[in-house]
Amino acid sequence: MSDNAAELAPHEPERRSRLDKKMKFQVSTADKWITVLIYTLFSLFAFVCVYPFYSIIINTISANDLSARGEIVFYPKHIHFQNYLDVFKIPGLGHAALVSLGRTLIGTSLTVGTSAFLGFMFTQEDMWKRKFWYRFTVITMFFNAGIIPWYLTMKSLHLTNNFLAYILPMMVAPFYIILVKTFVESTPKELQQAASIDGAGVMTLFFKIMLPISKPILATVAIFAAVDQWNSFQDTLLLVTDSNLYSLQFILYNYINQASSLSTMVNLQNAGSTAMASLATKQTTTSIRMTVTIIVVAPILLVYPIFQRFFVKGIMIGAVKG
Amino acid sequence: MRTRSYSMRSMGIRKFLYILPFMIMLGVFAYYPLYGWVYAFFDYMPPIPLSKSPFVGFKWFHSLVENQVKVDQLLVIIKNTFGMSGLNLLFSWLPMIFAIFLTEIKAVRFRKFIQTVTTLPNFISWVLVYSLAFSMFSSEGIVNGLLKQLGVIDSPIMFLQSSEHVWLTMWLWTTWKVLGWSAILYIAAIMGIDDSLYEAAHVDGATRMQVIRHVVLPSMLPTYFVLLMLQIASFLNNGLEQYFVFQNAFNKDSIQVLDLYVYNLAMGGGSYSVSVAISMLKSVISVVLLFSVNGLSKLTRGESIV
Repeated sequence: MSDNAAELAPHEPERRSRLDKKMKFQVSTADKWITVLIYTLFSLFAFVCVYPFYSIIINTISANDLSARGEIVFYPKHIHFQNYLDVFKIPGLGHAALVSLGRTLIGTSLTVGTSAFLGFMFTQEDMWKRKFWYRFTVITMFFNAGIIPWYLTMKSLHLTNNFLAYILPMMVAPFYIILVKTFVESTPKELQQAASIDGAGVMTLFFKIMLPISKPILATVAIFAAVDQWNSFQDTLLLVTDSNLYSLQFILYNYINQASSLSTMVNLQNAGSTAMASLATKQTTTSIRMTVTIIVVAPILLVYPIFQRFFVKGIMIGAVKG
Repeated sequence: MRTRSYSMRSMGIRKFLYILPFMIMLGVFAYYPLYGWVYAFFDYMPPIPLSKSPFVGFKWFHSLVENQVKVDQLLVIIKNTFGMSGLNLLFSWLPMIFAIFLTEIKAVRFRKFIQTVTTLPNFISWVLVYSLAFSMFSSEGIVNGLLKQLGVIDSPIMFLQSSEHVWLTMWLWTTWKVLGWSAILYIAAIMGIDDSLYEAAHVDGATRMQVIRHVVLPSMLPTYFVLLMLQIASFLNNGLEQYFVFQNAFNKDSIQVLDLYVYNLAMGGGSYSVSVAISMLKSVISVVLLFSVNGLSKLTRGESIV
């Protein structure tokens, strides 16, 4: 949250001086009212964006009987953290977390590696039919066969109920390739030329020269790809029926629709243990659903403020090119 | 000389060979699914494989319009698609206005805060949006709880299980999710405005609104135009996820857009061939739309967008 505006406006000092200049514009009463209106509207919209997250968080740590009645609105009451221990008693949740984590880690690494390599290779002007292959790649952003033809062909490739279906289709991603290519083109050509004269092959160039200096753009690609992987739901919906491959997103969707039976089950498990669950920590439909929601959204909430500037940078470079 | 050009050529081929495996992957995952369109011309009933399915020609395409019932059904879907895409198109200027007024905020910290917070929803999945919506607006949700406590209502309002205003609520959720993020490109455009333009406006004694009207707005129109064209090109592609997660027995008739309908037909009803036929028509129309707006862009601005 700290320095994202600096990323947005590379010339922040200039911007400020411009604002100062703007201050000198005549300020009428109407202008003052406009200012008040702007501040109010933006504050309201910001509230609408944040409140759902906030309210669910305070509900998950409040007494479950109160939250089930919708009584937790502005601040938590009777704080406890039992819900976060209890949800992992739901069979499949821990496993789904592993699946989501696995596809995010493996998928992101492979997507970043592929984008880095292809983005770099597409700057190699002596490549055979370079322009054609670049267009062959980029044009795929603008058409798709449709989900059912896609499903049917994936099935014919035995990529249903297969972990690889989470990884392989996302590996060659034109948008990220464009980002890397644009970045590499902006670096001084002399770097590559000097290395070539010293006898470096194209692979040495890539690993020794381009990878190290492309770190900023690769971080951007990584963060985009990781969010994509983590949020992905449609591929599980279409391609997976084996519950061992369910991702957190998919499991959350199921829970929203069937949380009541799960809460009964967790309560039965707890009833067996010595400490009978009190009303405040007894699992309800609401508590299960909200707690799982927070677990699924937590990585985004944690990562997003830190990396916001990378997202902004990515979309800007993409927009200039696209 | 000859050997030199030969070695240059072989270098070029070698570089191509490095990327070949990835081009094959792209072929498999982006181009090969187009082959899935052949299912539209067969009577495909899984588990019988395609090779043993009877070839039926254009039967499925004809079946879409063979009687009034089916035509009506398809019309409802098309109406929904046009309604949802139409609303998004109608309000496509919102991010631009958002950006204009956000950059009018002079308190830098406040501006940064608003920007960070309003772009956040773009990064959560539709499943999560639905989960938030459910927590807020379901019959035992927070909004109903609050209204009940305040004594405004006796029985909960069924926000999510209603067939009323579905287009509008779907548009509101989309806006909630993407507005802040879509504004970023416009903010960048505003930051790029030459200072001398502001100075000139100042010298001419322009008011704040006049600056917005004559300096800021014109500089954003090229960006707006490109994004508008792209939006028109994807008019039929509402996507599946949002409508899938929000659909239920009550709102089904007003929420089914083409993408969801195709999914429901195939995965719910097992009518793969019909659904592929619709997919195919949809993709073809989309590509035609893309080329049309691209042509339009070349004609009016002398620049292509793709």
